[in-house]
Amino acid sequence: MQALVIVAHGSHLNPDSSTPTYRHADTIRATGAFDEVRTGFWKEEPHLREVLRTTEADEVYVVPLFVSEGYFTEQVIPRELRLSGWDVEQWGSDGLSADQATLTAADTGQTVHYCGPVGTHEAMTDVLVRRAETVTGDPDVGEGFGFAVVGHGTERNENSAKAIEYHADRIRELDRFDEVRALYMDEDPEVDDLPEFFESDDVVLVPLFIADGFHTQEDIPEDVGLTDDYREGYDVPATVDGVRVWYAGAVGTEPLLADVVLERAADAGADVENALESVRETTRVATGD
Amino acid sequence: MADRAPAAAPADPPDVTLGGAAFDALVRALDAGESVDHGGFTARPADADGDGYVVETAAGERREGLSESGLHELASEHAAAVTDWHFLTERVGEGGPRADFVRWLEGVDVHGVDAEGVIARYAALADGAAREWGQLLVSVRLGDRGDRVYEVRHADEAGADAADLDGHDDPLEARRLVKFDDDDRYRPLKTAPTLPTGWVFADLDHRGVYETVETVYPATVANWHREREGELDVNHWRETMGRQSGIYGVIQTWDRGEGHEHVNWVAEATCDDSQCLKRREWEYDEETDLDVDGGDGVFPCREPCSLVVSAARKWTKLEGETERTYEFELTPSEKEQVETIIDAVADDRTDEIREADVYEGANRYRTRFLRAKRFDEAGNLCGVPTEPDEE
Repeated sequence: MQALVIVAHGSHLNPDSSTPTYRHADTIRATGAFDEVRTGFWKEEPHLREVLRTTEADEVYVVPLFVSEGYFTEQVIPRELRLSGWDVEQWGSDGLSADQATLTAADTGQTVHYCGPVGTHEAMTDVLVRRAETVTGDPDVGEGFGFAVVGHGTERNENSAKAIEYHADRIRELDRFDEVRALYMDEDPEVDDLPEFFESDDVVLVPLFIADGFHTQEDIPEDVGLTDDYREGYDVPATVDGVRVWYAGAVGTEPLLADVVLERAADAGADVENALESVRETTRVATGD
Repeated sequence: MADRAPAAAPADPPDVTLGGAAFDALVRALDAGESVDHGGFTARPADADGDGYVVETAAGERREGLSESGLHELASEHAAAVTDWHFLTERVGEGGPRADFVRWLEGVDVHGVDAEGVIARYAALADGAAREWGQLLVSVRLGDRGDRVYEVRHADEAGADAADLDGHDDPLEARRLVKFDDDDRYRPLKTAPTLPTGWVFADLDHRGVYETVETVYPATVANWHREREGELDVNHWRETMGRQSGIYGVIQTWDRGEGHEHVNWVAEATCDDSQCLKRREWEYDEETDLDVDGGDGVFPCREPCSLVVSAARKWTKLEGETERTYEFELTPSEKEQVETIIDAVADDRTDEIREADVYEGANRYRTRFLRAKRFDEAGNLCGVPTEPDEE
């Protein structure tokens, strides 16, 4: 038996924090690629500490629903899952290239394939672009549009900025959007000054966050000037200093993220058969025709 | 109909029909060379020099050389035993939390699987057995082919007509159902005694009931099973806090080798049955029990949860402050009123206090009066500043 366990942060305060995790788990469960698909959280239940005992499988693929490598993926998750002998060197990562490490869970004896986070997988670039399609309602969006990826800066985690840059570079290489910029919440170039960094009249703004919450629903909309008071909401697009800003909210809520979770597990050796194709098909943007 | 699983044993088993699936499984097992001994019905393939099947019953009957149709006839006469074998052994399987839970629900550990045990359980299941799991009422009844049908609902709605409740059949729907309490407040702790009402999962199989219960109360069956096996891995306060890092690493400094009274306060504040339905099994450390009760829950709590850890971080900071002596002028009734307000908040009773009930100290008008009289413009009680140099 093989199981997929998606692990995420969760929240004691925000009821929506777990929603994307559940949704992506459901998408993958529906493909039937895994005997079991479970979810575990740092702040909700089942806790990371106990999630492995909720699956009967002896072979488990653990995919962290986090945007970058860092404290959670390198220390907290392996420790709480009790992955014997874990050493971050097993990922051999430069901060962006964590793939997987095979370990044994001390409390359950299960073989655990501990995967890198979804946020640094190359397929995440596709999800960011898909997010732009979703928020504009245009599957061909690109020409005449700027694209901004926004995340935390290096203040909390230097790899956070690496992931932002990585995807911004990859989107730029697509040569699909007129301009592509990486912006940050707590360092330059700051998202607060978004109009200064773009010449395009339209800019899609996609936060590299897993769930919508305080940062994506309150901080960014107010910092960018989409609204004076987040409680009153904002328009999509909202015009700021002459720029139409198409604010997408957390990329992690995009259904295609399930594809990245699957890619991670497949890269680690999971037999996912035709599930990748099926997920790409079921999560595509409706074109209306 | 609370918790009436291991019921008294009436004499007659209910009528059960031997279904094709159960009989096919029996033939498959025997043809694979296995023997079946369950509920007073014993069957095995004939020895190498014989033909057909051999069956013995608890009544002392013994038949040899049975053909498949002969086997079917006898198995049909002992349909309760054969369907029970099929359900428990072939469908549910053995070992692990799910199998243990399913057996516990219908009292297999009480009645067993001998002839009398099967009769007793089937009689009880025909009426419907039910057990409580936290605030859940989990019921099981017998289908006419020995299959089991499970139902899960809020225990407070034990007597409600299922048609009056919102029906669900996908266990994963429970995630949404239990996210908010009946007052629409987010439930960050799944085992808080605030399970919302108004729903029912009325037609679940043995996998569905396990999934539903584990969705409402994650990992509770897994840990309960480990405890029954004598393998619950309890992590006490000291080791759990010692493991914390990052912003939670500070909690370790709260344990100063000056006793464990602070952890008593934590357990009383957060782990009491009025706050969480898990039975706290963790203590201060391996040698030092806490002085407060761990509760009566069915399922155990094996280590301080993330809510306790988060709260402990805040308390570590707050408890690092040095005590001071303040002097407040209050009437005796005002002093008691302050205590009443603290009680009302701690017991989550403020919603129950009626708007015009000015006889209740935590009443809003009473409290507003106290504030109007005793707070200064800066919000200081009796005008006494928090920091002495603020005067």
